[in-house]
Amino acid sequence: MESQSLILFFVIALVLVGGAIAFSMLIAPRSFNPAKSEPYECGIPTEGPAWIQFNVGYYLFAIIYLIFDVETVFLFPWGVVMKQIGMRAFIEIIIFFFVLGLGLLYAWKKRALKWV
Amino acid sequence: MQNLYDFSILTGAIHESLSRSMSPGWVTFTELVIIGLVFLLFFALLGLFLVYLERKVCAIIQNRVGPNRVGKWGLLQTIADLIKLLIKELIPIRKSDKFLFNLAPFIVIIASLMAMAALPFAKGLHAIDFNIGVFYVMAVSSLGVVGILLAGWSSNSKYSLIGAMRSGAQIVSYELSVGLSLLAIVVFSGSMQLSAIIESQANGWWIFKGHIPAFISFVIFLIASTAEINRGPFDLAEAESELTAGFHTEYSGIKFAFFFLAEYINMFIVAGIAATVFLGGWMPLHIGSWEGFNHIMDFVPPIVWFFLKTFFIIYVIMWFKWTFPRLRIDQLLTLEWKYLLPVSLVNIVVIAFLVLMGWHF
Repeated sequence: MESQSLILFFVIALVLVGGAIAFSMLIAPRSFNPAKSEPYECGIPTEGPAWIQFNVGYYLFAIIYLIFDVETVFLFPWGVVMKQIGMRAFIEIIIFFFVLGLGLLYAWKKRALKWV
Repeated sequence: MQNLYDFSILTGAIHESLSRSMSPGWVTFTELVIIGLVFLLFFALLGLFLVYLERKVCAIIQNRVGPNRVGKWGLLQTIADLIKLLIKELIPIRKSDKFLFNLAPFIVIIASLMAMAALPFAKGLHAIDFNIGVFYVMAVSSLGVVGILLAGWSSNSKYSLIGAMRSGAQIVSYELSVGLSLLAIVVFSGSMQLSAIIESQANGWWIFKGHIPAFISFVIFLIASTAEINRGPFDLAEAESELTAGFHTEYSGIKFAFFFLAEYINMFIVAGIAATVFLGGWMPLHIGSWEGFNHIMDFVPPIVWFFLKTFFIIYVIMWFKWTFPRLRIDQLLTLEWKYLLPVSLVNIVVIAFLVLMGWHF
């Protein structure tokens, strides 16, 4: 039932968006004008494409995020069995967090967390 | 008393009456269609109502009246807006990546609809009850960022690209804090299933039972999830005073409406998860052993409790937006990486210690 429901909600979303866009295309007016299909730039003619080199800062944060997000994936199963395992799980997570904290401190010291 | 409002009786009755006249395969199919239609209707109406609510709350905070012409108290205003958006022209951008440009609204809506499917509205009123519920909601709702990035990149406009990049950095950063604050309650209740988490709060909500660490988690969750859904004061992705409309600058008509709808539905999902995980979901408010009070509270149906808590949190999130000024991107990332993340890591250790010692109720 559950995997079927997942597919169901996927299909509903497709139907909702697709149906509305198709309906809108049917009834909405259409007119052609070369200036209208330019990307918006405060009303003046568009200068060059937007697909250019970009500030590296965004990628840096994405890379640091990857490390910590994988960690979150590891933490969730730990959270579920924490009560049953007890002391050993607690000590293990302290070691885990120690290593992780070192990583965060390293990134901090290397100024990876500073916006350039 | 608990059985009076049990929705599994209703769903069971529907299932039985269908089984009498059809073969099992058709029963499943019909049920799926019913669930689908109910959710479709709920999704659309909820989105429209939340937009109306936002405008009214904003108006009250700014000492205005808000929409009050279309329908009673302006209730039909957003429906009128929807019809207007539906009959507007969909303008294609000549230099854009057409396929990705059209795909983006689909991804955004798929993410928010699939995440909403996991919300438990009342006992037995639950479309998907995974044993990894919390994780599922986190995973699916973070798919939305793909849609936002695609929308910004594919429209080949500078405003859109900057908005999408900001939104990407912001959403991935704050997702860590959202995950860690939800993990706090997973440690407390020892389960990721949303219905099991609610059951564990029958004798008190986690925000009360979990002492101060649970409250810290709740506050972190509120801040981080406000950033996750790109709402003010974290709405850098569509900062209208600098980026026109951010990642959906180039979208028009109904495609724009879907980004708008997804934002409000995401707000509902976040508030619903906060209500479920921290505030007891559909469990009524009980005060210790005050029998009289507890009995009166039991008479309020669970679904009303769920919506009361959810709309309370939605109101708080709206209150944030209309009270605080927008952050800069460096302030935003500093807040997450230098404050919220270390605090939530320490908080997890404290909670693990509390659970180890059995110091929660």
